[in-house]
Amino acid sequence: MAATQPSPSHSRQLLSGNEAIARAAWESCVRVASAYPGTPSTEMLENLARYPDTYTEWSVNEKVALEVAIGASMAGSRSFCAMKHVGLNVAADPLMTLTLTGAAGGMVIAVADDVGLSSSQNEQDSRFWGRFAHLPLLEPADSQEAYDLVRAGYELSERFQVPVLLRLTTRICHVKGMVTVGERGAHASAGFVKDARRWVMVPGNAKARIPLMYEREEKLRAEAETSPLNYVVEGADRRVGFIATGPAWMHVQEAFPDAPALKLGLSYPAPLEKIRAFAAGVERLLVVEETEPLLEMELKAAGIDCHGKDLLPKIGELAPEILKPAVARLLGETLPVPATKPAQVFPRPPTMCVACPHLGVYYTLAQLRNVTIAGDIGCYTLGAGHPWHALDSTISMGASMGVALGLDKGRSESDRDKKIVAVIGDSTFLHMGMQGLLDITYNRGNVTVLLLDNRTVGMTGGQDNPATGRDIRGEAAPRVDFVKICEALGVKPERIRKVDPYQLPVLFKALREETKIPEPSVIITDRPCVLIDDFKRQSPYVVDADKCTGCGNCVDIGCPAIHVKRREKAVKPSGKEVELQFVGIETAACTGCGLCVQPCAPGAIVAAATLASINVLKKH
Amino acid sequence: MKNEVTNILVVGIGGQGVMTATEILAEAAISLGHDVKKTEVAGMAQRGGVVSSHLRFGERVLSPQIAPGEADLIVGFESAEALRWIHYLRPGGRVLMNTARLVPPVVSGGLYEYPADPVAEIRALGIEVHAFDAMAIALELGDVRLGNSVMLGAIADHLPFSAEVLLEFILRRFTARKPAMVEANAKAFAGGRAAVASSAAPAAALA
Repeated sequence: MAATQPSPSHSRQLLSGNEAIARAAWESCVRVASAYPGTPSTEMLENLARYPDTYTEWSVNEKVALEVAIGASMAGSRSFCAMKHVGLNVAADPLMTLTLTGAAGGMVIAVADDVGLSSSQNEQDSRFWGRFAHLPLLEPADSQEAYDLVRAGYELSERFQVPVLLRLTTRICHVKGMVTVGERGAHASAGFVKDARRWVMVPGNAKARIPLMYEREEKLRAEAETSPLNYVVEGADRRVGFIATGPAWMHVQEAFPDAPALKLGLSYPAPLEKIRAFAAGVERLLVVEETEPLLEMELKAAGIDCHGKDLLPKIGELAPEILKPAVARLLGETLPVPATKPAQVFPRPPTMCVACPHLGVYYTLAQLRNVTIAGDIGCYTLGAGHPWHALDSTISMGASMGVALGLDKGRSESDRDKKIVAVIGDSTFLHMGMQGLLDITYNRGNVTVLLLDNRTVGMTGGQDNPATGRDIRGEAAPRVDFVKICEALGVKPERIRKVDPYQLPVLFKALREETKIPEPSVIITDRPCVLIDDFKRQSPYVVDADKCTGCGNCVDIGCPAIHVKRREKAVKPSGKEVELQFVGIETAACTGCGLCVQPCAPGAIVAAATLASINVLKKH
Repeated sequence: MKNEVTNILVVGIGGQGVMTATEILAEAAISLGHDVKKTEVAGMAQRGGVVSSHLRFGERVLSPQIAPGEADLIVGFESAEALRWIHYLRPGGRVLMNTARLVPPVVSGGLYEYPADPVAEIRALGIEVHAFDAMAIALELGDVRLGNSVMLGAIADHLPFSAEVLLEFILRRFTARKPAMVEANAKAFAGGRAAVASSAAPAAALA
């Protein structure tokens, strides 16, 4: 992928928050940018990689990404690092020491909270990291501010020699709004300055840096008091004054256009004196923050009386429809009842794709008896859903390994014969699964690992990783060999198998055999994600309605191209009542993977071309 | 002076082109000098999940989301999806919807029922509905992928700007990448437009 020509300076464009941040990072002359993909943060690096003159990388995980950015900053260059909220948990270790060394070249760490949980395993408030690590925290309210705050962030970072946290939410990252961009400036890297007392954090050196960290925090608080990033919008209706950060600021402006409001763009350290002055001019103060009451607690501790989570939820977004009733309650007012009630419509949970190689894996796992399956983070987490129900846990990136070992070692007498399986994808394995597998082999665990190598980071939209053979720009890169890695981590060569996940009998046999042997084993499936270029379509299948017996075996594959056309009740020879499901295949969607053909007992699923010619013969 | 903002909610499922359609509407609005915000609630949308795309434009747009009861227009790419979001429509707002029914595995697997007649259900609420079969119109023109242009044609006379502006931005996408598709998409747009113009209710543009 060649770098694309950046859009003209000073032009006005419709950009997502992530796109605006990439543009601002490029204009700020960031030399090194690193990230691990994760919704909603992924597109920051994806977009930045298209700009010229910037080194960008998909790192193997967020901890490494942050360390790369730290190194670049030490080298005197500007660096940028992006991750989703749970990613900063992974990167917390370097972060908590980075606050002592500070930054040399300007450094912005963007962390995207999935407020509302559109695609995450938890909802957490990353603003805690500002307080925990004593770092300044910037919170944009839309794309333009995301752009502005990155530019301001580099200036702040270098002025105070401190890494700056840019706290985003899904509603910043993925909303598109109008942004007036600027032009690329100039920044000369100062070069690495050898200084062990600053960069070598052994106890003696670190101890000397702690007071400097607190001094810096007070200077930053003074900065926040006067910063133009924190400003008041006057309003005539002084019954309630609002303090808001992030996207909640826009919601407050939308819902209460006549109320005075204080916007905090540099929200930590909080400008307590500015807030105190604002509070004095309003009858009641309401803090509107997503998601936890951080500012509220701080204000209360400082003796500033305010409302917050006594009125507003601690979970999800604070959209106008949430804010208006809460404020009405505070003022003792009643709001009109909405005209139309929500209709009752079936849920539409995300499904795996047609011909997804994971379908065969979960179909097979669902057939296994007496098995507990530790899952991981990725598309394959969907295996917990209908119709497979073949995943028993999801915790964090790479957790399938450790959880599986714990399930093995902690098994009760009643679970003595349980087989323990761990399911993990290629990128998740490289992110944090390898260490878990090493723990399994080292501690002689009895776990069968299914390593689903689909050659991409599927869930976030198909990013590259060290197993794809391509880097972030799509250029050729060294490709890891999973068999060699597993061997090196201590799995016996005969306990490592590569299996085609479209061959159900082979997969079933491999799983049954490996789960019987009481030692670590790894089954690697090696078919590409259907959404990437490596996937090749085959000719589609159809159901020969004359032959379909309604057994429903194919429905259990869970392929979205298979539809039940008709249901019938029937009584088996044994006297048991069953529901027959007569099916059809959506030919336009079918890619001919052949998974559904295999469990079809009457041989009713045939190549579309074959059935067409049979029908022609019948007509004649 | 009141800040007038137009709220259009485009709904459907992942892979139907909901987000692209909203993007084109946004481009048209920008060309007329509006401030624009566009946001999606698309949890894992690529995997056949629910997608709702909010488009707001006017002199100045603050919150990117359309609140329930405030959409001027709901554009439904799928029947049950139009019904799902109906409480977002403002009193007097309008629904333009495809009659296509895309049945998810949880329905075909027998766990849930598909609503018997979403169009009738919406109409029973006293809401102005224009329903049309975008898929059939696209297939008649020989390519199911024209469905998106059919949908945009269908709503073209219900926007606070002219249908020609919208058509220009649709065709611009193809002029650059697939010039061979320009004519077919122009026909699809006209087909969608005609389908709604011939449906029962009067088609006055939003005030």
